[in-house]
Amino acid sequence: MIASVIAFLARLFTGARAHWRGCAPGARQRIYFANHTSNLDFVLLWSSFPPEMRRQTRPIAAHDYWTGSSLRRWMAAKVFRAVLIERKKVTRENNPIGSMLAALSEGSSLILFPEGTRCPNGEMTDFKPGLYHLAKECPNVELVPVFIDNLNRVLPKGEVFPVPILCSVTFGEPLVLLPDEPKASFIARARDAVLKLRPA
Amino acid sequence: MNLDRETLWLFGGMIAILTVASVIGAILRRRVTSDSGKKVVDNLVARTRAWWLMCAVFGTALAIGRLAPVLMFAFTSFLALREFITLTPTRLGDHRALFWAFFIILPLHYWTLAAQWYGLFVVLIPVYAFLFIPIRVAIAGETERFLERTAKIQWGLMVCVYFTSYAPALLMLKIPGFSAGNPAQNAKLLFFLVFVTQISDVMQYVWGKLCGKRPVAPKVSPNKTLEGFVGGGLSATLLGACLWWSTPFTFLQAAGLSAVIVAMGFCGGLVMSAIKRDRGVKDYGESIPGHGGVMDRIDSLCFAAPVFFHLVRKFFC
Repeated sequence: MIASVIAFLARLFTGARAHWRGCAPGARQRIYFANHTSNLDFVLLWSSFPPEMRRQTRPIAAHDYWTGSSLRRWMAAKVFRAVLIERKKVTRENNPIGSMLAALSEGSSLILFPEGTRCPNGEMTDFKPGLYHLAKECPNVELVPVFIDNLNRVLPKGEVFPVPILCSVTFGEPLVLLPDEPKASFIARARDAVLKLRPA
Repeated sequence: MNLDRETLWLFGGMIAILTVASVIGAILRRRVTSDSGKKVVDNLVARTRAWWLMCAVFGTALAIGRLAPVLMFAFTSFLALREFITLTPTRLGDHRALFWAFFIILPLHYWTLAAQWYGLFVVLIPVYAFLFIPIRVAIAGETERFLERTAKIQWGLMVCVYFTSYAPALLMLKIPGFSAGNPAQNAKLLFFLVFVTQISDVMQYVWGKLCGKRPVAPKVSPNKTLEGFVGGGLSATLLGACLWWSTPFTFLQAAGLSAVIVAMGFCGGLVMSAIKRDRGVKDYGESIPGHGGVMDRIDSLCFAAPVFFHLVRKFFC
C-alpha cells in the first residue's frame, strides 16, 4: 500500500516513463544494474515495475545512509526490503557479495548500482567488480542493463528538496558472461551496455 | 455549478465536433491501406482520443467554475514548465532557483489570480521573479553561462506560467452588460479563447495535410505551410466569429479578435518550435498521445492569451 503510493508519487513527480527496449517486464529472476546519479535512483527504477515485480525485487543500498534515521531504516526494511551493504569497513563477515548472493538464493531479483557512489556532475564512473562475481556465481540470473536519465537533475548530490524534471528509465538487452571472459572486459562491457541506453 | 443555456450549447457543439472527428477517424482507418497513410491515420485517431480527454477536463473545470479553471491552468503551467526546464540544460547552481520557480513563484502567481489581485498578477513574474531568479543563482555562486542560464529560467516562467495564466485571468474581468454582475459569465470568454486557439491548430493541420505545399519556415517548422495557415486561419476565424452570441462581442468584433488569436497562436507555435529545433527534439514531451507534450498543445495559447486579455480589458471593460 505505502509502496504503491511512493511509486505513484515518484512517477507523478518525474513523469517517468519506462522503455523496455531490450527485454520485457516479467517474473524471471534478474539483476538490474544501472547508472547511479541520485539517492532516488532505485526508488524510480523500482517504481517503473508492475506491482508484482516490485514485491519480487530488492534494491542493494548503502548501510550507512539507510540506517541514518529511524524513518530511513523503516523504509529500507519494510517498504523497499533493501539489501543493506557496508561501504566503508568491509570485512569477511559483512562482505557485500555475500548478502547479495543470499538474497538471490531466496529467489529475489536485485537492483544494483555498480558505480557504488554518485558522481556530482551526473557522468558515469567506473564499475566495481561485484557484478562479475554475481554473474559467475549465478549463471541463471539475467543481467539487465538500465539507464536512468535526468534523475541527477531532480535531486543532485547534497540537495534536500527535489525539483520536478522529466525522467526516463530504459531497460536494455540482458548481458551474458562469456565463457572464460576476464573480469575487466566483462565489467567494461557491462558499463558500455548501460551507456548505450542513454537517450540521444 | 455554472451551466446556463449558452454554455450547454457550447458543450454540445464541442461534443458534436469530437464525434464527427471520431467518425472520420474510424472511416479513414477502414479506407486507408498504404503504410505511410496508416501512420497518419493512427496519429489522427490518437489525437482525437486525447482531444476527448482534454475537452472533458476543460469542460468539467468550466462547469465547476470559480477556482477550478484557475487550478487546472496552474497544473497545466506546472507540466509545461517541467517540460521546458527538462529540455534546457541546467546546472547544479540553478537547483535552488528552480525549486523557487516551481514551488513558490508558480503557486504564488496563481494565488494572485484566485485572490483577484490584478496589480500583483501583472508584475509578480516580469518584475519580481525577474529580479529574484538571477539573485538566487548568483548566491549559488556558479558563474559559467550565467546570463544564458538565468534567461532560460526566466523565459520558462514567462511562457509557461505568466503568459498561460492570462487565459484564466479572463475570469476576473468585469465587462459591462456581460459579466459585471455575474463573473461566472466569463467562463464563456475563456471558452472562446481556448476554442479559437485550438480549432485554429486543428484547422491548420487539416488544411496543411489536404493542400499544404509552400512551407512558411521550413527550417523552424516543416509542417507549417502557407496553405495551412491561410485556410486554417480563415476557417478558425469564421468558426470563432460564429460564437459571438456567447461573448460580449458583435459578430464582426468576434471575427476580428479571432483573427488576432489565430495570428498570435501561429507565431507562438513558430517560436516554441524554434526552441525545440535548437534543442534538437521534435516534441516537448510524450504525455499527450498523438500531440506530444503539454507545451506542444498550449504553445499557441501562451502567445494569444495575453494579447486577447489586454484587448478585451482595454476595449470592453
